[in-house]
Amino acid sequence: MAAGPTGVAVARSPYALRRAVVALAACAVLWQLGARLDDWTGVGAPGVGALPSPVEVAMAAGRVVVEPGYWISSALSFVRVMGGFLIALAAAVPLGLLFATNRTFRAIAFPVFEVIRPIPPLAWVPAAIIFWPTQEAAITFITFLGAFFTITINVLSGALSIDPRFVEAARSLGASRMTVFRRIVLPATAPSIVVASSIAIGLSWEVVVAAEIISGSSAMGSNSGGLGHFIWASYLGGSYDDIIVGMISIGIAGYLCSAAVRKAGALLTPWINAR
Amino acid sequence: MTDLALEPASRGAPQTSSRGAISIRNVVKTYGSGASQVTAVDDCSFEVAAGEICMVVGPSGCGKTSLLNAIAGFHDITSGEILIDGETICGPDRPMAAPGPDRVVVFQNGALFPWKTNLENVAFGPTMQGTMTEAAAKARARSLLAEVGLDDVAERFPGEISSGMRRRVEIARAVINEPRVLLLDEPYRALDALTKQVMHEALLELYYRNKVTIFFITHDLEEAVFLGHKLVISTARPCRPKTIIEVDIPHPRDRSVITSPRFRELMEAAHEAVRQEAVAAFQAGDKEG
Repeated sequence: MAAGPTGVAVARSPYALRRAVVALAACAVLWQLGARLDDWTGVGAPGVGALPSPVEVAMAAGRVVVEPGYWISSALSFVRVMGGFLIALAAAVPLGLLFATNRTFRAIAFPVFEVIRPIPPLAWVPAAIIFWPTQEAAITFITFLGAFFTITINVLSGALSIDPRFVEAARSLGASRMTVFRRIVLPATAPSIVVASSIAIGLSWEVVVAAEIISGSSAMGSNSGGLGHFIWASYLGGSYDDIIVGMISIGIAGYLCSAAVRKAGALLTPWINAR
Repeated sequence: MTDLALEPASRGAPQTSSRGAISIRNVVKTYGSGASQVTAVDDCSFEVAAGEICMVVGPSGCGKTSLLNAIAGFHDITSGEILIDGETICGPDRPMAAPGPDRVVVFQNGALFPWKTNLENVAFGPTMQGTMTEAAAKARARSLLAEVGLDDVAERFPGEISSGMRRRVEIARAVINEPRVLLLDEPYRALDALTKQVMHEALLELYYRNKVTIFFITHDLEEAVFLGHKLVISTARPCRPKTIIEVDIPHPRDRSVITSPRFRELMEAAHEAVRQEAVAAFQAGDKEG
């Protein structure tokens, strides 16, 4: 904290990228060893032994990524995640701030919110299919749920933990109550919104796949079901290499989305890392 | 509210020391009710002359901050009244004063907005009150920051500078409003002794340039005698003036006064008055704990 006038953000370790690559490579090596243990010793490694090896998966990936169907599936899942996430963000930020600033509203609505919150998004899938007119809407609703509660709760707790001295200082410096909300409460909550968003978009990716598996298998063709359907179809078709390709694709997509949200968040809250 | 509405008109006028007299009359502040009721301030009365530096000294947790919060308009008072320049800001008819830029607070651990640059922090008051355009407020803020030697960190965030610098920025953020009263709540508490010395001289320099009444809470006696025209030594909780010591060392002062015999005498007098209260507070704390 004792940054002088020249103090800048702590530079990221120059080794960070190298370390990440080494760690990922080590995982691949362990996995390869585990998958081939049976061939070499006659004793299969538990769990990993039943999986295709990374080499097989890499070959499958090379084949899959040139198929348009894979990219259509990925794009479909991406659109559903982004749709649900953005709607959740637009709804949850005002709701969380309202909970934090209006005691009466909190007393009325928060218990309802807290009863609905523990219901896992996947438990909503059958109900969502029934009450949304299209399957697309139903799946987007599930990704919305995945993000919505997390963002609301984080914004609420972020807004409640604002240092009261900021509000007092602003009032003392002549800010009206409305201005205090816009100039103090909003920016003071911004870091919580950013953190919540980066968690929530990951949760949306977690639930989209299951929603697609449960709902997407009936009416749609094999290319229109998203990555969840891609995995499920690969399972039903016995192409186990493709299952892993689908899984890793989701991992990468979730990582990229969270990183993008964090990056956008850092631009919106430049004071956070400037110390 | 009317007094605040009229403020902007007089803001352009040069600051004179004829503004900012504080009268504290029979102020009582209690928290809670019934058996758990605690009296923080009890029948407290004293006067602070316009343009005076009044140091309120007392053991930690004695209720000094309750008094400051009442003047600032953050908390109400239970009875009594507080007047600024003869005008009641809180009293029987209105237990809580409206917070306003004529009485700006510099907080104990600092309350600069971390999401604003130092320059934006200083310019915040006049921009909010609409007394200056944003550009004018920023220009004024820049010159104030230059006065306290911080023009080179104007564009940085408070999180990027040292705590001593943050304190100076915060005082500039208060002074830009040309307040009648500057309320400081142990602003230098967390600073090391060396930084503190620099801060004291910087504060006095700012004070000589922008005459303003200063209501300064501290429990550092050297700080109190060095800065103040007057020391109000408070009793241990509840807060009430026990002794008032007039510091007759002429302003402007610099570090050299500290070695003068008069300074030592005043320190000794203040020390004796505070010691009794500190012992009382310690024993009371013993009983409670």
